[in-house]
Amino acid sequence: MSITNSYLILYGGLALLIISTLLIFTFALLRKEFPYALREIPTFARLRRAIGLAIEDGSRVHFSIGRGGLIMPWSAAGFVGLATVRRVAELTSVSDRPSVVTSGDGALAALSQDTLKASYTAAVAPERYDALTGRVTGLTPFSYAAGAIPVMRDENVSTNVLVGNFGIEIALMADAAERQENFTVVASDNIPAQAVLYAAGSNPLIGEELYAVGAYVQAGAVHTASLRVQDILRWVLIIAMVVGALLRLVGIL
Amino acid sequence: MRTLSTILLAVIAIASGVVVLLGYFLPGVPLFVNLRVAFLNWAMILAAVAVFVGIANLFSVHTQKLRNRNEAAYSVILLIFLVGAFALGLFLGPTSPGMDFVFLSVQIPVETSLMALLAVSLLYATIRLLRWRANFMSITFIITALIIFLGTAPLPFLGPIPFFSDWLRPIIAQVPAAAGARGILLGVALGTLMTGLRILFGADRPYGGK
Repeated sequence: MSITNSYLILYGGLALLIISTLLIFTFALLRKEFPYALREIPTFARLRRAIGLAIEDGSRVHFSIGRGGLIMPWSAAGFVGLATVRRVAELTSVSDRPSVVTSGDGALAALSQDTLKASYTAAVAPERYDALTGRVTGLTPFSYAAGAIPVMRDENVSTNVLVGNFGIEIALMADAAERQENFTVVASDNIPAQAVLYAAGSNPLIGEELYAVGAYVQAGAVHTASLRVQDILRWVLIIAMVVGALLRLVGIL
Repeated sequence: MRTLSTILLAVIAIASGVVVLLGYFLPGVPLFVNLRVAFLNWAMILAAVAVFVGIANLFSVHTQKLRNRNEAAYSVILLIFLVGAFALGLFLGPTSPGMDFVFLSVQIPVETSLMALLAVSLLYATIRLLRWRANFMSITFIITALIIFLGTAPLPFLGPIPFFSDWLRPIIAQVPAAAGARGILLGVALGTLMTGLRILFGADRPYGGK
């Protein structure tokens, strides 16, 4: 790659970052003047209902946030899982049984404990926090799945939210959850995992729907604003690709 | 006091993120570049320590489960093997033949068995898919999976099936599947960018706080 090209990529990236930041702030501040209607995704409507039922019958919500760690490009999926935990654990804090979070990475487990603690503190129920509800179930893909399955089976779980970085081992977890007849939302940023989830999960989120979870569970104005910017950037990319292909076709590029 | 520590944590996290970004985007400024390298090295060391934290967490969860007799059996087995493998690694070294034996005779066969179980589980899931969502996309999914199977796995005595293995499978894998995967990857990249920005602003604070 030439030096000009690498500088172009570098400053292009910087420009993308600055524009995205400005747009997110603008949309977050002007959310009342320019409200954003989220398209209907049936899985989220069912999730809201399942959370309500879990609170009503005193059962547990189980979150699994994957094994993406904190310093990898695929760690973002785990952070989406944590944002979901933050919001839903606060909503379900009045349930008889506290939510439980499983992960396949020590750092994610520590953050899940912190997130649960923050949720209960925000819900004015800090005494409900139990450090052992944020757990590591295994550090390799299949040991993680094998460790999370008994949580779904034995701990009075009625709803599973499996959102994070998973490999194909997620199919075992999704299958176990379906056998328990629990309501289960499954999402991963990994393409092979998405393929198996389409078959193994009754409520899979495909593609970048994973990154919309925060906006749909009403985790905050910034989540909705960032989803809006994500949609705008997607259209910009689509147009750029089509125009690029046309220019190439006519021999300009 | 708690509010103060929350603010301080957010300031440290946001400042670290900004410094790492500046180190990446301003390669001509040695201060930011050196700070970026130092911060990333610290992050890697902390990530390694986090493995230890994870094991400690696993240990404490299963020690707690020992109190409940109905759930104790699996926890006892896990704790015995956890302590045993740890002691073996500590005294013999991680590259010793003893540790190799444990990995090759226990860890790998167990994970391979789970992989085999996954194949059966997926077959069952594919059949169940038609019960959940008997629509055009599900039927397309199943037909595509069948074509890929026929094109990939040679049949006994017959070998690779002509047309499926040399024409249809490559076309599906290289045109619609590759295009779809690239589309999803672009969406994932945009989602990753937005998630990173939310954490950089402090809108999402999974560390001690909001």
